[in-house]
Amino acid sequence: MSRSNTRERFSYPGEMVIDKPFNWSLMARLLTYVKPYSKKLLPLALAAMIVSTGARLFAPFMVSLAIDHALVDRDVPRLLLFAGVLITLYLLNWIGNMLRTRWMQVLGQSVIYDLREHLFRHIQRLSHRFFDQRSAGSILVRITNDVNSLQELLTNGIINVFMDIILLAGIIIMLTVLSPSLTAAILIILPVMFLISVKLRRRIRRSWQKVRLKQSVLNSHLNESIQGMRVTQSYTQEEENMDFFSRLNRDNFNAWNEAARKSATFRPLVELAGAIGTVILIVYGASLYQTGEISIGVFVAFAYYMGNFWEPISRLGQVYNQLLMAMASTERIFEFLDEKPSVPERAGAEPVKKICGHVELENVVFSYDGERKALKGICLEFLPGQKVALVGHTGSGKTSIVNLICRFYDPTEGWVKIDGRDLRDLKLDDLRSQVSIVLQETFIFSGTIRENIRFGRPGATDEEVEAAAQAVGADDFIRRLPQGYDTEVEERGNILSTGERQLLSFARTLLADPRIIILDEATASIDTETELRIQEAMQILLAGRTAILIAHRLSTIRDADKIVVLREGHIIEEGNHEQLMAERGEYFNLVAAQFRVLGAG
Amino acid sequence: MNTFKRLKSFYWPHKGRFLLSIGALLLVTVITVIYPLVLKLTIDEVIGKGKYEWVPWIAGSFLLLMTLKAIAVFFHQYNGDLFGIRSVYELRNALYKKLEALPFRFYDNAKTGDLMSRLTADVEAFRFFLSFGCAQLINFLLLLTLGLGIMVALNLKLAMVTLLAMPFLAVTVYRFDQKVHPAFKNIRRSFAELTTKVQENISGIQTVKAMAREDFEIGQFNRRNEQYKQTNVETGYIWGTYFPLMEWIGNIAVVALLGYGGWLVLRGELLLGELVAFFSLIWYIIGPLMFLGFTINTYSQSKAAGERLLEILDEPVEIRSRPNAIVKERLKGDVRFCHVSHRYPGKEEWAIRDVDFDVPAGKVIGLIGATGAGKTTITQLISRFYEATEGEVLIDGRKVQEYNLRSLRQNIGVVFQESFLFSSTIRDNIAYGNAEASMDEIREAARRAQAHDFIESFPRGYETMLGERGLGLSGGQKQRIAIARALVINPAILILDDSTSAVDMETEQKIQAAFREVMKGRTTFIIAHRISSVKEADEILVLDRGRVTERGTHEELLQLKGFYRRIYDIQFRDRNRVPIS
Repeated sequence: MSRSNTRERFSYPGEMVIDKPFNWSLMARLLTYVKPYSKKLLPLALAAMIVSTGARLFAPFMVSLAIDHALVDRDVPRLLLFAGVLITLYLLNWIGNMLRTRWMQVLGQSVIYDLREHLFRHIQRLSHRFFDQRSAGSILVRITNDVNSLQELLTNGIINVFMDIILLAGIIIMLTVLSPSLTAAILIILPVMFLISVKLRRRIRRSWQKVRLKQSVLNSHLNESIQGMRVTQSYTQEEENMDFFSRLNRDNFNAWNEAARKSATFRPLVELAGAIGTVILIVYGASLYQTGEISIGVFVAFAYYMGNFWEPISRLGQVYNQLLMAMASTERIFEFLDEKPSVPERAGAEPVKKICGHVELENVVFSYDGERKALKGICLEFLPGQKVALVGHTGSGKTSIVNLICRFYDPTEGWVKIDGRDLRDLKLDDLRSQVSIVLQETFIFSGTIRENIRFGRPGATDEEVEAAAQAVGADDFIRRLPQGYDTEVEERGNILSTGERQLLSFARTLLADPRIIILDEATASIDTETELRIQEAMQILLAGRTAILIAHRLSTIRDADKIVVLREGHIIEEGNHEQLMAERGEYFNLVAAQFRVLGAG
Repeated sequence: MNTFKRLKSFYWPHKGRFLLSIGALLLVTVITVIYPLVLKLTIDEVIGKGKYEWVPWIAGSFLLLMTLKAIAVFFHQYNGDLFGIRSVYELRNALYKKLEALPFRFYDNAKTGDLMSRLTADVEAFRFFLSFGCAQLINFLLLLTLGLGIMVALNLKLAMVTLLAMPFLAVTVYRFDQKVHPAFKNIRRSFAELTTKVQENISGIQTVKAMAREDFEIGQFNRRNEQYKQTNVETGYIWGTYFPLMEWIGNIAVVALLGYGGWLVLRGELLLGELVAFFSLIWYIIGPLMFLGFTINTYSQSKAAGERLLEILDEPVEIRSRPNAIVKERLKGDVRFCHVSHRYPGKEEWAIRDVDFDVPAGKVIGLIGATGAGKTTITQLISRFYEATEGEVLIDGRKVQEYNLRSLRQNIGVVFQESFLFSSTIRDNIAYGNAEASMDEIREAARRAQAHDFIESFPRGYETMLGERGLGLSGGQKQRIAIARALVINPAILILDDSTSAVDMETEQKIQAAFREVMKGRTTFIIAHRISSVKEADEILVLDRGRVTERGTHEELLQLKGFYRRIYDIQFRDRNRVPIS
């Protein structure tokens, strides 16, 4: 694509929903989710389907018998008899249909539920890397839309295949029994119908996929322009954006126009194929009647059955198309399920009681990708209750150390131990519930303030929640909110300022009551008053716990019991503030640089 | 109907397509109801009376009719679709244009999600009715009248008996609709809840993992997952109950037809072919009737959608250029506030109150104060993103309202608190406000914003894509690109709204050093929390709850021993405690 001439203002990647060739192993894997239901629900639904389909097949035959043996033979009691049989057949059809739909719905939805649950549960255990490499949107789409696109296939698709094959075969058998020669003549239209149903439909679907693609680009741009409207107006780019949008809109219109035109050929062709069948019936059927080979009832039955040809063929084509599209979704879902969690739990992992918070790193070497080393032989000890600040530029290895202590990853070489025990021998959840990270940016879940604090310990009482908030000094501002602790907040809402969010996250962590706290200090500027409050709250939060600080503020660093200076995966200096300042090494330079910024005043 | 009337300008220009579609539909329906008559003719005349010589004629004209019908079906469907998509094409353009014009006031209260759902789902609902729903209603009426007409013409008594089933069917359809629409709404709602949960979980996954709350999250997710399943199963039950029931009622009508019709045939009051024709005709009425509820629903949905779209289209655009507004290529940059007060619409308290200052061109003004003190409000009044409730904002001695909006804003470079970048290359992002900027100018701006080095370190440099699947930048990097974006337009007035908050202190110092040069000849407003960012300003305004409480140079303010001094002491206390030298 030559982008140099036709440079666009914006560019949005569109996810092409291409259909995949049919893949048996993928399908077999998908069907394992149906297995738990194959003992009861599936056979029941199949039985109901057979009953209703059978009844449906015999009904036109009854009508034809009634015409021949009651109407032509002028027999009123027999007419009533046939009507009675017909009512019974329709009754069976009704009950069968009703039960089949219900049971298949339960089955299909249960499978969807299981699949979605499995996927979500699996994703929860995946590493940070997994999430860093993908946009939230693309993960969301797998769990919601990709799983949903299997819904139709699983609730109706599977059983429809059986039903339609039975129906089609049944009709052909019925017709053959009634009149083999007329059947042979009429069956000419069958391949034509199949061709239309599969081939033409595929071409139409492709053009609709193009429409969807254009539309997703259009929507991406809409979404972005709404979010960036303030920038656009400030830089007076309204007209330029309008031009861009018009072009997208025009593209979308053209794609749609083409898809609509192709779609519109579908029904006419189908009806023409049907009409040819009817013409054959009229011409050949009349001549067969003339020679006495068929009765008038047979003629009517043929007219009836022919009307029923199209439905199963159409549906089979549809299921086939559904299957191809489902392949793409299934593949994407399994791709996620095949992602290995970064740290598997060992089979005999020991439960952990309350830990003291003594952390040791022994000769730790660590690499994320097996090539570049993030840590190159680290020996480090954190005593219970000690506050240790990690200092260094981006990429020096601070975050890697934290990731190892939380056991988000395992070291490539060496050991990480807590209270003398290798992390790999411990139960993951027990460990993580005693190690908390306070992140730079506080994530607010939609819900009340109370629920957000309680996220730290779901079992906490209201009193405990409020006590935690009070302890970190968040109580004041919470009570000033319109509904106090019951005020609804949400991620993008701006009810809370950055500083207030930070306090909320402190309360959350305090409630969780971990033995080890890892604090990634916020760099974002907060107004000075709030910052003071945060520093006070930090004292309370860290009291009596082992604290590992990724610090940016000099005051935080200076107050630490120990300062570890890192560079490119090595520890280059270690000691307290006075010691390191006296050394006049890297740390001294860092501190001096900060003061140069503050300058003379 | 009012909604449709007011949206008329979007669809009525394309009425030709609609009329063509409806005309074709009429033909389709007429031919459809003729089919049973062909059957009747074959059975009664050819088979019954032995007029075999009619066969070629019947077959030939039938084929001709069906070909005609096929063509008509194509025309009906294609033109109907086109009518809808053509109309929403115009509608989308109009909506977008409107969105571009709506002032900040609108976006303060609008949620992106809500706007998006109007622009996508509501536009689609509107199109669907235009393309499909409307024709479907007409189709139903046509089939009903023509089908009934033929039935009555063939045999009145039998038509009456068949119609006996209709009230039962109508009641069933009605009850079905009563139940199925709330059920669909439930599905949509529980799906939205499920999606929200997943979205939140993924966005907050760091927090979830940090607190080891995966199981708690799985539990919460499963509750919603279960609910979604339940609503789906319930809806499936409603389908599974009513649709087979409707079909059964139709079938009972067929049996009644066979019984009574057969009796009539035996008595010689009805021809066999007529009876067979009835078998087909009855489904022409029952079929559309089963879906009548859905068809009517497309109407009410599109009406509601249309109302929501009109809400956007009717939204007032209160900030726009006046007629004969002044167009000025280059402003000098004198900014004066004369007793300006501002209150945001719908808010009780004043955002700023009686703010009065005069900044000669080229001076640097620092604005400092707690969150919500009114710093941002002041700068937004300069760009005329809002209009002051009281008082006047003057630039180069004229009210901001007198300038053409575009020429005013082209002279003001704003770096917002949240640095929003577009899905585009770094280069295009920097050149966003000035598409004519040369590569050298872009590089120069990036250099001054301390962004050049890190941009060059990317494999594709300035051509690096940003956005959804592009490269993720750190907060500080984004801010620096946003600063470069402001510099490239070479503004007379530069506004930096807390724009270096996420860069580390060292880089900030470098940016400021570069700024000193950049600010020459421009009026600059710096909003900051760090004293270090504002201390070199020509004048610093300290704001507290909308009022200017202190003003002066850094030195003067320190002497005042007020709020400014207090902040200074807090921020610089480390310095006094750490001896370096």
